[in-house]
Amino acid sequence: MTIIDIDHTSRWFGNVVAVNDVTMRIGPGVTGLLGPNGAGKSTLINMMGGFLAPSTGTVTIDGTQIWRNEQVYKQIGVVPEREAMYDFLTGREFVVANAELHGLDDAAAQRALATVEMEYAQDRKISTYSKGMRQRVKMASALVHDPAVLLLDEPFNGMDPRQRMQLMDLLRRMGDAGRTVLFSSHILEEVEQLASHIEVVVAGRHAASGDFRKIRRLMTDRPHRYLVRSSDDRVLAAALIADPSTAGIEVDLKEGALRIQTVDFGRFTELLPRVARAHGIRLLTVSPSDESLESVFSYLVSA
Amino acid sequence: MYNPTVARLTYRALLGRRRALILFLLPALLIVIAIAVRALTGVDDKVAADLLGGFALATMVPLIGVIAGTGAIGPEIDDGSIVYLLSKPVKRPTIIMTKLIVAIAVTMAFSAIPTLIAGFILNGNGQQIAIAYTVAALVASIAYSALFLLLGTVSRHAVVFGLVYALIWESLFGSLVSGAKTLSVQQWALSLAEKVAGEGYVDATVGLPTAVVLLVVVTVGATVYAGQKLRRLTLAGEE
Repeated sequence: MTIIDIDHTSRWFGNVVAVNDVTMRIGPGVTGLLGPNGAGKSTLINMMGGFLAPSTGTVTIDGTQIWRNEQVYKQIGVVPEREAMYDFLTGREFVVANAELHGLDDAAAQRALATVEMEYAQDRKISTYSKGMRQRVKMASALVHDPAVLLLDEPFNGMDPRQRMQLMDLLRRMGDAGRTVLFSSHILEEVEQLASHIEVVVAGRHAASGDFRKIRRLMTDRPHRYLVRSSDDRVLAAALIADPSTAGIEVDLKEGALRIQTVDFGRFTELLPRVARAHGIRLLTVSPSDESLESVFSYLVSA
Repeated sequence: MYNPTVARLTYRALLGRRRALILFLLPALLIVIAIAVRALTGVDDKVAADLLGGFALATMVPLIGVIAGTGAIGPEIDDGSIVYLLSKPVKRPTIIMTKLIVAIAVTMAFSAIPTLIAGFILNGNGQQIAIAYTVAALVASIAYSALFLLLGTVSRHAVVFGLVYALIWESLFGSLVSGAKTLSVQQWALSLAEKVAGEGYVDATVGLPTAVVLLVVVTVGATVYAGQKLRRLTLAGEE
């Protein structure tokens, strides 16, 4: 069982604070590091991977400092976000080189290539690979030494749905086998599908941590706004405001629509069609008006 | 202090990239000039010494040193692929030492060997001129490789700085300003060549003991510092 501890860690670049006093503990299983672009996810992963020194605080693996300690790489596998690899090598040559650098032989490389199902293209030059193939060879290079910890920075970027599912399966299996798997993503659905545990960072701060369902509930329970057009807006408004799931309704004359604020997402989604049918009203438009990821994150930060 | 896998990757990166063309072009140019000079002027020890000193040692060796020294590590740091070396339980100074050995080997192969061949073409090693300049090229290869490897480790503009040093400092100031001569790899190498060649054919401004001490200090210092730099190398994210 391997644990990465980030303890009151900050990292700044000149005047820009990328990570601000973050404390989190990453244990076995799959953990999703979720946050919008520029939130500090890569900075955190780079510190966990030993490529960046914390400005203050400590980042340790099972109590051992990671920065300036090459020996930690016996336990850590890193899948960087950047595309650059040794493009002049074939996939096999690249993974074999990675195995050799760990003091392992070709068999380890072959096993890793089989794990990511890249044997069919292993003798092609990396420069001819698609983004998904590159991603899988990067995975193989990180897996050659069977590490206890796997760090992946935005691993699903640029992958097609099939490749995404394959990689998710693979990471899930690794998490189930007791490895500590951490991946970053700015896409809610990715994290939802894969991670049982999530850490949310927004603007360099640790915004939320815990079970995905709990955080998902936080996200769905927040006040939602809807824009609704119907055959009779005022009658609909009067009927909806009587229910405790709505907090406010504005009749927007210019738009010819109702702006509804709800406090109980689940109840409101059932209420609206029922009320409309009961009053013989036709619903013409029902659209959420603040579903951007940023608004979800900013709600989480203030929650 | 040597890792064969790092060496193999470095060789392939160095000899595979487009800028490696210069590695082949410059020595080819030297040999073509040597053949032309020999054909036009016949055997002339003074001309041989001037060509090997003025073109081979003053221009070709530092340029090849820049390409091999910075190219052994610079592109990997620039594009971030060095992460695959750094995320391994391999000591960072070992990575630097290995890359230095590769850079030295490449610089020697592409500068000292052509210098020797050109010397024999020019005057058949008369007055030991070919051997003298080959020794100088070998020694300069070591110091240049260490210097430019360090430059490649600390700067994203290593090639530009390397060219400025090689062409402006070494070639221009090194031959005009006497103070600059003391701090010139070319002059240190020349002081060794002076001992090998016949009297009056090689003219060095730095004494042999000073030259040897400076060569060792610069080579070891640059290598140790590059190793330290690599241990503290920060890979910024793309955010």
